[in-house]
Amino acid sequence: MTEPVLSVRNLQVEFVSRRGTLRAIDDVSFDIAKGEVLGVVGESGAGKSVTGLAVIGLIDPPGRISGGEIRLSGLRIDNLPPEELRRVRGKRIGMIFQDPLTSLNPLYRVGDQIVETIRTHLNLSDTAARRRAIDLLAEVGIPAPDKRIDGYPHEFSGGMRQRVVIALAICAEPELIIADEPTTALDVSVQAQIISLIKRLGRDHGTAVMLVTHDMGVIAETSDRVAVMYAGRVAEIGPVQDVVKNPLHPYARGLMGAIPTLAGEDKRLVQIPGSMPRLSAIPRGCSFNPRCESAFDRCRVDRPEPQTRGAQSVACHLYDSASAESAA
Amino acid sequence: MLAFTLRRAIQAIGVMIAVGIISFSMFRFAGDPVNQMVGMDTSGTERAAIRKSLGLDDPVIVQFGRYVGNAAQFKFGVSYQFRLPVTNLLMERMPATLELAICATIFAMVSGILMGVYSALRRDSWLAHVFQAVSLIGISLPTFLIGILMIYLFSVTLGWLPSFGRGDVVHIGWWTTGLLTLSGLKALIMPSITLGLFQMTLIMRLVRAEMLEVMRTDYIRFARARGLTTRAIHFGHALRNTLVPVITVAGLQFGSVIAFAIITETVFQWPGMGLLFVQAVQNVDIPIMAAYLMMVSLIFVTINLVVDILYTIVDPRLRSTVSRAH
Amino acid sequence: MGEAVVPHEVETRTAAVPGRFRRALDSDLFYSFRRSKITMIAAAVTLLFFLLAIFASVLSVQNPFDPAQLQLMNSRISPLWTAEGQSPFLLGTDEQGRDVLSAILYGLRISLLVGVLGVVLSGALGILLGLTAGYFGGAVDGLIMRIADVQLSFPAILIALLINGIAKSVFGNRLDEMSMLAVLVFAIGLSFWVQYARTVRGSVLIEKNKDYVAAAQLIGLPAPVIMLRHVLPNTTGPILVIATINLALAIITEATLSFLGSGMPETMPSLGTLIRIGNGYLFAGEWWIVAFPGLALAALILSINLLGDWLRDALNPKLR
Repeated sequence: MTEPVLSVRNLQVEFVSRRGTLRAIDDVSFDIAKGEVLGVVGESGAGKSVTGLAVIGLIDPPGRISGGEIRLSGLRIDNLPPEELRRVRGKRIGMIFQDPLTSLNPLYRVGDQIVETIRTHLNLSDTAARRRAIDLLAEVGIPAPDKRIDGYPHEFSGGMRQRVVIALAICAEPELIIADEPTTALDVSVQAQIISLIKRLGRDHGTAVMLVTHDMGVIAETSDRVAVMYAGRVAEIGPVQDVVKNPLHPYARGLMGAIPTLAGEDKRLVQIPGSMPRLSAIPRGCSFNPRCESAFDRCRVDRPEPQTRGAQSVACHLYDSASAESAA
Repeated sequence: MLAFTLRRAIQAIGVMIAVGIISFSMFRFAGDPVNQMVGMDTSGTERAAIRKSLGLDDPVIVQFGRYVGNAAQFKFGVSYQFRLPVTNLLMERMPATLELAICATIFAMVSGILMGVYSALRRDSWLAHVFQAVSLIGISLPTFLIGILMIYLFSVTLGWLPSFGRGDVVHIGWWTTGLLTLSGLKALIMPSITLGLFQMTLIMRLVRAEMLEVMRTDYIRFARARGLTTRAIHFGHALRNTLVPVITVAGLQFGSVIAFAIITETVFQWPGMGLLFVQAVQNVDIPIMAAYLMMVSLIFVTINLVVDILYTIVDPRLRSTVSRAH
Repeated sequence: MGEAVVPHEVETRTAAVPGRFRRALDSDLFYSFRRSKITMIAAAVTLLFFLLAIFASVLSVQNPFDPAQLQLMNSRISPLWTAEGQSPFLLGTDEQGRDVLSAILYGLRISLLVGVLGVVLSGALGILLGLTAGYFGGAVDGLIMRIADVQLSFPAILIALLINGIAKSVFGNRLDEMSMLAVLVFAIGLSFWVQYARTVRGSVLIEKNKDYVAAAQLIGLPAPVIMLRHVLPNTTGPILVIATINLALAIITEATLSFLGSGMPETMPSLGTLIRIGNGYLFAGEWWIVAFPGLALAALILSINLLGDWLRDALNPKLR
């Protein structure tokens, strides 16, 4: 088996506040292979965006990576000195943020911003960089790129701006793209276009994609594998078909039950009672236990560790051979 | 763009008319102009003659029209105390004030921006804390105290710099400048710093706050995610975006600098318009007060107009929304 | 099991006491106050200055406003710790034999009086005009806010000087001390109302469109009264910040006017007047006549500004 593009092991991220230290990410591990799209899904506050920021090294104080390892094609990047990490950002990892309206500097022409990024990472002349910028804009589907390159961000629509942001993210041919809720701020009609663009780019360039979203529909459509996050931990991870059809973790089950389908119109959508705990009040044992229908005594005491079940991996005591018996 | 400029110009004229009314009311109604011009022993008939010659018996609206007409030609009447045309007095002193105000603004801009950028980027360094402390003192110490302190230090104790006046000046046409002689330059140092210190503090605080605000924006985060160098992010992106509001404020402040020069000029006996105005207030020389108000307002309004137009040039968003909206 | 229940109970009990005072103690405001040593010192110094001003007559060795108590033979004595120092003149005396410390205490009283009254007047004026502009809207709003715009572009000191000059011209150049004080309060009040008006107007405009106003009108309650009860609490914080910062500005303005010779006369000097008097003796080496009033003024303004800064930061979580 070839080495994964991204390998995250036992990642921990903490935020120090005046009320104490909060652990936003706790013991998160996952891999993304070349050309693979990993969907990361969860409620807001589950730690999915923080995971993305940790990978690209943009956790700002008072937050910090307090444990674990992040490897990019074998190179450990979580402890790189700032200047070397900067060279990785934009060149080897591209990032797409949620809101294209605010991601671009309003005072610069989009072309200047692309050329600036290209010239930071690639040894190209101004004219060559500009040519490449026009090609990139064409590739992400912006019409008349040779004219639009001299436009200011406010002259682009939301969807077009997100295309520019994507062009910026891929301009140095990165191995990995982190897309943090790339469609949330867009109109529904534009969302599908952006999703298929990201998917196509990943396929054409063999780029690994980490797609962070709260929208299971988007994941089902684009991802090869999916990681379900809850309260800073990975609850379940596996091939997208398996997780959607046969979710193992009670939380994942609830999440899948909440997707409306055309076929099952007669079925009621499932609701998960309660809400995710705040970081300052994560319950003992399994953090999902207060909301879990299948919770038993051990769930309130011991933290479940990930268990392998076929192609899936799940952190739940129900699948622990010892406790499964006692629960039954 | 043109429509926008035009609209602003009309607003500016509106402001000038309002100031004109205030100025005229001061001139006409605050005290009797005739009493100010004649001695105690002038007879009633003589007073009446003067009233008539000044046109004070005409309807108020006619008088106002005449006043505005004269003001538009920079005729503001005769000073009560100097018995000279106010316009001549003001023009004679304008170069001193403008030179002082410009030097003070340059000092304030350069040091304010440098200190602001530094204290935004190195928030927790000791020097940033020093700058913060200096800025607080700059805001808290009244201008005249700073001036007195500097005079005591550099003139009385050390004897390095002159404590009053402009030094030797050179005449270039009707303009007089102190920038071409050593004593003129030396005389400019303390008044410029005294006058500029408050603006410097303002600019520094503004730059720092704006820069911190900009550093938190999504596009800076995205610029970092693109792997741009710290230098490019700080000075290419953050500083440029910071400077837009800073230029506006600094530009608008230039008018205040001229008005604040009143205090600095008094402390350093600087022969400018401000000193003339203070003496006019003390001696109730209404024509000078009214004319000074008109002059300063004109400068204010012109600067506001220029800054508005500049703003649209610097910020592309405004340029197109403005042209689209009209 | 028992352990888990007890802290829970305590928590409910504290939450059940909704006393305003307790809430204030628990608030972020108080927390940030206690955390900032500088702010606590500034508060203490400000309080001290107010106390000194109130008890000036008890603490002074003479009444510096009373010419009968001044003796020329006591003139220009240097501070007590210098070679020529004489008791009881701790900080020395000026040209007229006035004890500098007593003059500062009495001057402080004048400065604070003018400052506080000026702030109260400008606050009342601003709130009233803001409410009027916001509530009536239309032409009234347009007029008030236009005046505010124009005035805001002129420095307060210029406006205050003009008002001062006009007052002198109307009432004649020989105003007695108390009228001069009133003129100063008036000039400051008219110079600083704009910020209050803008804040209050903004709040009124927000409240005006809320459902409860329409509901109040439907059931025949007077909408302005109802709105006032919402608008004023909403704007208390910002107004407090503006008032604190404006108190410092008002004191600076008064001092500046007096320094320029358009403020308090020498027969009833404020701190600014004292500095004006002392400035004349600086070249003669009699530094104490100007240094101590200057120091007092600077310390007073610095403390109030520090309080204002802290208040602004504490009430505006965005800046933290």
